[in-house]
Amino acid sequence: MYFWRRLWYTKDIKSIQEDNMNKLELQKTANEIRKGIVTAVHSAKAGHPGGSLSAAEVFTYLYFEEMNIDPKDPKKPDRDRFVLSKGHTAPGLYSALAHRGYFPVEDLKTLRKLGSYLQGHPSMQYIPGVDMSSGSLGQGISAACGMALSAKMSNEDYRVYTLLGDGEIQEGQVWEAAMFAGARKLDNLVVIVDNNGLQIDGRIEDVCNPYPIDKKFEAFNFHVINVADGNDFDQLKAAFDEARATKGMPTAIVMKTVKGKGVSFMENQVSWHGTAPNDEQYAIAMADLEKAGEALCQM
Amino acid sequence: MSDVKKIATRESYGNALVEVGKENPNVVVLDADLAAATKTGTFKKVFPERHIDCGIAECNMTGVAAGLATTGKIPFISSFAMFAAGRNFEQVRNSIGYPHLNVKIGATHAGISVGEDGASHQCNEDIALMRTIPGMVVVCPSDDVEAKAAVKAAVEHEGPVYLRFGRLAVPVINDRPDYKFELGKGVVLREGKDLTIVATGLPVAECLAAADMLAKDGIDAKVINIHTIKPLDEELIIAAAKETGKVVTVEEHSVIGGLGSAVCDCLCANAPTKVLKIGMNDKFGESGAAVALLHKYGLDAEGIYNKIKEWA
Repeated sequence: MYFWRRLWYTKDIKSIQEDNMNKLELQKTANEIRKGIVTAVHSAKAGHPGGSLSAAEVFTYLYFEEMNIDPKDPKKPDRDRFVLSKGHTAPGLYSALAHRGYFPVEDLKTLRKLGSYLQGHPSMQYIPGVDMSSGSLGQGISAACGMALSAKMSNEDYRVYTLLGDGEIQEGQVWEAAMFAGARKLDNLVVIVDNNGLQIDGRIEDVCNPYPIDKKFEAFNFHVINVADGNDFDQLKAAFDEARATKGMPTAIVMKTVKGKGVSFMENQVSWHGTAPNDEQYAIAMADLEKAGEALCQM
Repeated sequence: MSDVKKIATRESYGNALVEVGKENPNVVVLDADLAAATKTGTFKKVFPERHIDCGIAECNMTGVAAGLATTGKIPFISSFAMFAAGRNFEQVRNSIGYPHLNVKIGATHAGISVGEDGASHQCNEDIALMRTIPGMVVVCPSDDVEAKAAVKAAVEHEGPVYLRFGRLAVPVINDRPDYKFELGKGVVLREGKDLTIVATGLPVAECLAAADMLAKDGIDAKVINIHTIKPLDEELIIAAAKETGKVVTVEEHSVIGGLGSAVCDCLCANAPTKVLKIGMNDKFGESGAAVALLHKYGLDAEGIYNKIKEWA
């Protein structure tokens, strides 16, 4: 059964997209995307706000600046692809897709509900803009390698981006994929690791320490870019520009972020990995984001 | 029997890949360091740029194939059945099955006829595993003719397909001009009225020989070749069960979850019939020559004949 919806745009965001977005516009968009995340998860009474919020800037940058995509033509063959390997942060992806015009922002409130096309984890069959189904950690990166390889085999120019969690890299398949990408010199592939430092059972270095993350990707023949603040658009731009210019090897962008960024009581908290805010908490979260939005408008 | 041609279905697979590769430029083949054994190396010789050796990393291979399929390629992934259906089961289920991607799994070295490598490599669980995935088509061809037809049918089918091939050379039994392969359709190879033998894969030829032996004892056995375990040709099986009153299933696979279970599922619901399941009886295999193993575990003509004689 398909829950495909007719696409229409959120007019404000579309007109902004027409020009080169400057940093301020990107920050405003990221803030809107954050509102979509907390609204979706609150409405669903389930979902993963922490890791969605930490990646709000990278979702924004990819869908509003970096990638060659067209919400009017979600399956255009020469598009850039994105695979959300850390699939549980679907609220972040869906909010970005909605604000970018793939489907109505209103629909975010139907997340995870029976009968909605917005499945708990990304489903490529039902959701416009989703390039690969994911949810089981460590698998999306392999699919991203397959897409990147396909471009090389067919001499096509599209680029492939994939976002992983820093807990996710504990999965062995991530390293199978990395070995493959490095061996095949997939320089059209960008692996982004969202290093927000936390997983379900605690801090990543306490559960099963994966550090140093950058050295591991280097060992697998990646060009590695460390981003000190993955919630800073200037640093993201520099990283993605450097990745695009890197030939002969895939790039890994390891970005330090704040889990739950933008919502005061969620920031750096293990407990907000996979819990939905109740009505009271939702009100506080939205107030935080409204305030941040207003501050951005003053600038 | 000495002048009957014998070809291992893995050979057929390798040869068929070249044929479909010529017909369809989107076909690509992936392997996990077993190209010489799975015979995807045959494809590699002709289309080296379309053969991707992923190294000994079956889970990644499965995901890479999924990614390739999203861009319109038709990937075949190969390894021994143990690793192409077992090791990467969750990847097949979540990266291929759930999004219903157009990936074909060419699994070779299925069953105990793998021989000397022993239990770790003798997969008796793959049919059971693949059957449980919604939307997966599960095919186990009986000979060279059928294997080649199955590969072609797999390419024409939209969606994931699991193809089970063997290491051991088996007799060609389907080389007749009117042979037709249709996914999901069983084939009556021998008419009979006393009981029905339903078999898949390597045991099909053995069952035909066993039926000849039973005939000498006055037992007239119908033999049905079920090359597609999923979707199962329920109509054919139900009709045969009603007609003959007794059903025997034979497979080079565990009696838990494979063809036998599929037939029981079908008959219990529609035409309850006594069913004898012949296969690996919840036991691991062991090292030995393939023919000796098939004999020990009752999967050759003699073993099948004896079991049916005792039971019927």
